[in-house]
Amino acid sequence: MPKLNLSAYDTKGFYDEMFDENNNVRPNYKLFLDRLQKMSVKKLNALQHSTDRAQLSLGMTFNVYNDNQGVERILHLDIIPRIIKNKEWQNLEKGLQQRIKALNLFIQDIYNDQKVLKDKIIPKEMIFSSVSYLKELEGFKPPKDVWCHITGSDLIRGGDGQYYVLEDNLRCPSGVSYMLENREILKRTFPELFEKLDVKPVYNYTHILRDTLESLTDKDQPTVVVLTPGTYNSAYFEHSYLAQQMGAELVEGRDLIVKDDIVYMITTNGLHRVDVIYRRVDDDFIDPEVFNKNSLLGTPGLFRAYLKGNVVLVNAPGTGVVDDKAVYAYIPRIIKYYLGEDMILPNVKTYICDEEPDCKYVIENIHNLVVKQTDASGGYGMLIGPKSTKKEQEEFIAKIKANPRNYIAQPMINLSRVPTLTDDTIEGRHVDLRPYALFGDDIKIIPGALTRVALEKGSIVVNSSQGGGSKDTWVLNS
Amino acid sequence: MLGRVANTIYWMNRYLERAENYARFMDVNFNLFLELPTNKAQQWKPLVAITGDWPLYEELHEDVEKDEVIYFMAFEAQNPNSIYNCIVNARENARAIRPDITKEVWEQINSLYYLVKADCAKKRHDDKDLRQFFNNIKNGCQLLYGMYDATISRNDGWNFGKLGQLVERADKTSRVLDVKYHLLLGSVKQVGSSLDLIQWAALLKSVSAYDMYRKKYGKLKSANIAEFLILDTEFPRSILNCLLRAEQCIIRLSGSSFGYSNSAQKKLGALKSQLEYTDINDIIEKGLHEYLDNIQLKLNDISTAIYDSFFSVEQHIN
Repeated sequence: MPKLNLSAYDTKGFYDEMFDENNNVRPNYKLFLDRLQKMSVKKLNALQHSTDRAQLSLGMTFNVYNDNQGVERILHLDIIPRIIKNKEWQNLEKGLQQRIKALNLFIQDIYNDQKVLKDKIIPKEMIFSSVSYLKELEGFKPPKDVWCHITGSDLIRGGDGQYYVLEDNLRCPSGVSYMLENREILKRTFPELFEKLDVKPVYNYTHILRDTLESLTDKDQPTVVVLTPGTYNSAYFEHSYLAQQMGAELVEGRDLIVKDDIVYMITTNGLHRVDVIYRRVDDDFIDPEVFNKNSLLGTPGLFRAYLKGNVVLVNAPGTGVVDDKAVYAYIPRIIKYYLGEDMILPNVKTYICDEEPDCKYVIENIHNLVVKQTDASGGYGMLIGPKSTKKEQEEFIAKIKANPRNYIAQPMINLSRVPTLTDDTIEGRHVDLRPYALFGDDIKIIPGALTRVALEKGSIVVNSSQGGGSKDTWVLNS
Repeated sequence: MLGRVANTIYWMNRYLERAENYARFMDVNFNLFLELPTNKAQQWKPLVAITGDWPLYEELHEDVEKDEVIYFMAFEAQNPNSIYNCIVNARENARAIRPDITKEVWEQINSLYYLVKADCAKKRHDDKDLRQFFNNIKNGCQLLYGMYDATISRNDGWNFGKLGQLVERADKTSRVLDVKYHLLLGSVKQVGSSLDLIQWAALLKSVSAYDMYRKKYGKLKSANIAEFLILDTEFPRSILNCLLRAEQCIIRLSGSSFGYSNSAQKKLGALKSQLEYTDINDIIEKGLHEYLDNIQLKLNDISTAIYDSFFSVEQHIN
């Protein structure tokens, strides 16, 4: 059977995670490549097929919002892993810890003393105009002063080999279940490589998560629940997976009731008090009494109970202000302000359409830039300049002019590539990297990540809702 | 446990039991069909009657043909009780309570789901012989019961699940007996004939009771068969056996075995006692059909009472 032929593998123009610019294998991929070259494409495709089946069997399926068919899909897991060497990882870890520490201080500050605004580090209109800023929280301090317990920032690696933070996800970052299950599946696909390569394990994530959640209350045996919008949510698999792995109850808004500002779940034996809620429902929907009046996903009175300190919400409401893509541009200054340190993990250069001369620059160079709506995510509300038509560019210019606060722009980054299996060979596909951080008593970065991959040739959109897949991410011990 | 979760587990088990029963009913009927000389179509109508979905069938189909009945009971998307819909619903329920079941149970329900999906997509119903499909459903469900019993703690969830399974099973046994018994007694001409024996045997096989019945009674006699399926305390599909075990579940859930502490326990206990203190001659004298009809109504009442006693949120709102 013909073995895999890599002579035509193309690394031109991008940072390739497996090969350097002279097509020599990078040291962290050496053992893996040896194994790969002993296999035929047919064998690789058979392994790929069995991972697909494993995913279906585990129920790792989701519904796409724009899809009315009710068809369940799996997030394609490509069997070729992304391998990161230890030294690189240590730097990422330090950078993320620094960033999360500063962002947490920042959130506490803007809802309390607002020093950062008074010192004019960031314009106060920028904060107060953010749809995610919750005035209701002014003067509030969450347990242990932690707001962003769970973070899943999106990192990318540019053509220069440098990692950049592309966006922060401090609201309800998703995908960690894929990090965990991908690993379980790949251990079955390449058992001998795990033996030889000394890959850092990720299995303890759900244990640390439970510890983190419990650390937020003084109760001896607190009742911890995961709040889900329900089975129709595209991330439902993850909600149920995390509840099950943590041994926590999986609840919907209608399972909870608030009496005298205390949250209870409705059980077959009456009401049972709830202490900590890992909620996977957005701020806007958690409590129809305070936020979206039409929300059926939330529980009336929940926010009141929270403000009284009778229940802990994770992540804290109001953290979304950091996810605002205009606030993102100020993060280097925010880190400097609170920690007196230079940023370890750089941001991508960002043009703020609400400020001159940035706005002018964006409009003139739109064909070279990526324009993003500041309050959107999931790859929606975005224009990729170099790949757009003149008409699309003009539409975006009109939108920017009408509401400059709502847009930022960034130079097009050449996302790095990882070899990815196609029907008859392997080819480079663009990836990003989403590591997960847990903030309880300290900030822990789990040594692994969800690597999202744009499966379509040439595409740089890695979002699962838009044709992205995933890869297991191996952080090496050496 | 959460009331919503308990309700979901209860229904997940009812749907699975229903799917397994339907697969068996059709499998047995299919075999019977091969051995009967004439008027073959006549035996497919009662099958629909057993399910209680005759009005819907009439709406959707003009004739009572074997293929149409099988399609209606196995795959019909508009029939909420078709095997296809039972499995889809059971799996959707399992998805909603995934943290309350084990990986083994989840993966088995999921694989049943992919089985019916694939068979539906392949238009398996066009096949001449669907016994392989029926067998896959039966075996798949029974494998699931085994996994359920072998991997799940005897907690509230298990008891609610078992309760659902047993209520459903008692209902199905009573329906099969009701419909078939009358049909068979009606055909007086053939009493004692080999044709008659085949039919009585088929009734027993429909509820997997043939082997155990033969062991206990030897000869096939109508009154004995009715007694076995209604009043036997040892056979796991007899109505009384189901009620006895369901009562144990309710006792564990209510935390009290003396008298009753909720309406579900009260109604279930009353029906069980009614069966415990009767014999088959009483039942036949009064009329078997009326008796079974009454049992079915009471089973419905019990199901409603279980909802009110354990799953409903109403009592907590105020």
